Amino acid sequence: MAQKKWPEGWQEVNPGCMVFRPASARDYHTGSWRAKKPIWDNKKCIKCGVCFMFCPEGCITEDKEGYFTANLDYCKGCGICAFECWPGAIEMVNEEG
Amino acid sequence: MGKRIGMEIALAAAEAAALCRPDVIAAYPITPNTHVPEHLSDIVAEGRLDAEFICVESEHSAISACCGASGAGARTFTATSSQGLLFMQEVLPIVSAMRLPVIMIIGNRAVSGPINIWNDHSDIMYQRDTGWVSLFAANGQETVDMTIQAFKIGEHRDVMLPVNINLDGFQLTHVVEPIFMPDQEEVDRFLPTYKPLAQLHPDKPVSMGTLGLPEIFNETMRAKNEALLNAKQVVLDVWKEWEQQFGRKYEPVESYKTDGAETVLVTMGSMGETAEIAVDELRKDGVPVGLVKIKLWRPFPFAELRKAVKGAKSLAVMDRAVSFGGPGGPVFAEIRSALYEEPKKPKTFNFIIGLGGRDVAVDDFIKMAKKAASVKKLKPEDAYEIYGVRE
Repeated sequence: MAQKKWPEGWQEVNPGCMVFRPASARDYHTGSWRAKKPIWDNKKCIKCGVCFMFCPEGCITEDKEGYFTANLDYCKGCGICAFECWPGAIEMVNEEG
Repeated sequence: MGKRIGMEIALAAAEAAALCRPDVIAAYPITPNTHVPEHLSDIVAEGRLDAEFICVESEHSAISACCGASGAGARTFTATSSQGLLFMQEVLPIVSAMRLPVIMIIGNRAVSGPINIWNDHSDIMYQRDTGWVSLFAANGQETVDMTIQAFKIGEHRDVMLPVNINLDGFQLTHVVEPIFMPDQEEVDRFLPTYKPLAQLHPDKPVSMGTLGLPEIFNETMRAKNEALLNAKQVVLDVWKEWEQQFGRKYEPVESYKTDGAETVLVTMGSMGETAEIAVDELRKDGVPVGLVKIKLWRPFPFAELRKAVKGAKSLAVMDRAVSFGGPGGPVFAEIRSALYEEPKKPKTFNFIIGLGGRDVAVDDFIKMAKKAASVKKLKPEDAYEIYGVRE
């Protein structure tokens, strides 16, 4: 995972912490906060998309076959998708290491 | 050239703000500052000023509207007092952290309770650490001048911070004084058009008011503090320019008859005018008393203050606010800090006076000066008193 580069010293902080580069928030990978990651069991998945709708990070996408995956660069591991998935197709699994 | 007029100071402050051509004014009425935004709304309604006057539903909204408008690149102005200022508090440090030069008149008033609409400095003292540049006017002329100066100070690239101008509620806001009112051409010459570092505009996207994680927060606070410290030089430069153009001199700490003074009174705001008369009377009787008036409260002018009180044997510091359970009033705490490392320091005594509109007369200043002169050694906790309390 790419590390966010902080301003080295206070002199490099933009006045008012203004951000002059549009869409640069995507450079910050909130996935580094995660303790558990969601694993889909596609045998149980009914392709309802409730995980996609409830994901507060907007990091769940639908693949060509209609199943869902999370972009782990941004998934914080909150577990809302697993909680909402009523067929129980998503399991939160501890991150290793 | 401007002209000399007799005008209520709150109205004069509104006229001065209008001369600075603000783009957006958002304010909510509260005694005793009300006449400032009320008169500005008249000026806008009459078509004398091309500005957006936003009638908001609260002070929290007033300062939030100013914050947003300033972010969009507008020159913005607001005014408030007391509870209104406290209601703004949540947004005040955000405006300074976002480095937006919102200008605000504060008609200083006591903070409830008990409910009180009259003057003291407790409202601004609760907001002392919000990162704004803070000026204190002693009379109507200073109010007008500082209002215009504030825009130039706040908008300077080395500062980019909000500025508040404090004037005592009623003692100043509701008093008619003779005032030299500059004309539009003079103000335009003094104050250039506002050129913000960045504006919220779809053509050139920029994010303001972003999240600051622990990895960056220390650095942002240091940067904000440095900006406020840098403001002192800009204040000095702007006041120099003002003196050159308008002939009226401003100093962070103004001395009055301090030559050879053994006892020095220290005041902030309109009480300095009354204290001057007390000094005159004491000097007539041969009592070596002087006066120091603080005009720049934030950033605090430590070096100037040390210089101004050098040689004094005792100081009588006047505060118009209580720091409950603390070391005395907020001005006093600053001054003791300023003098702590000095090899030869005066005895310092703190009088907390004029709370909630209680009158402080010339005689009172004479009594306090004499008391401060006679004070021997003090324990820190005995160094202040709320003056004039009935036993």
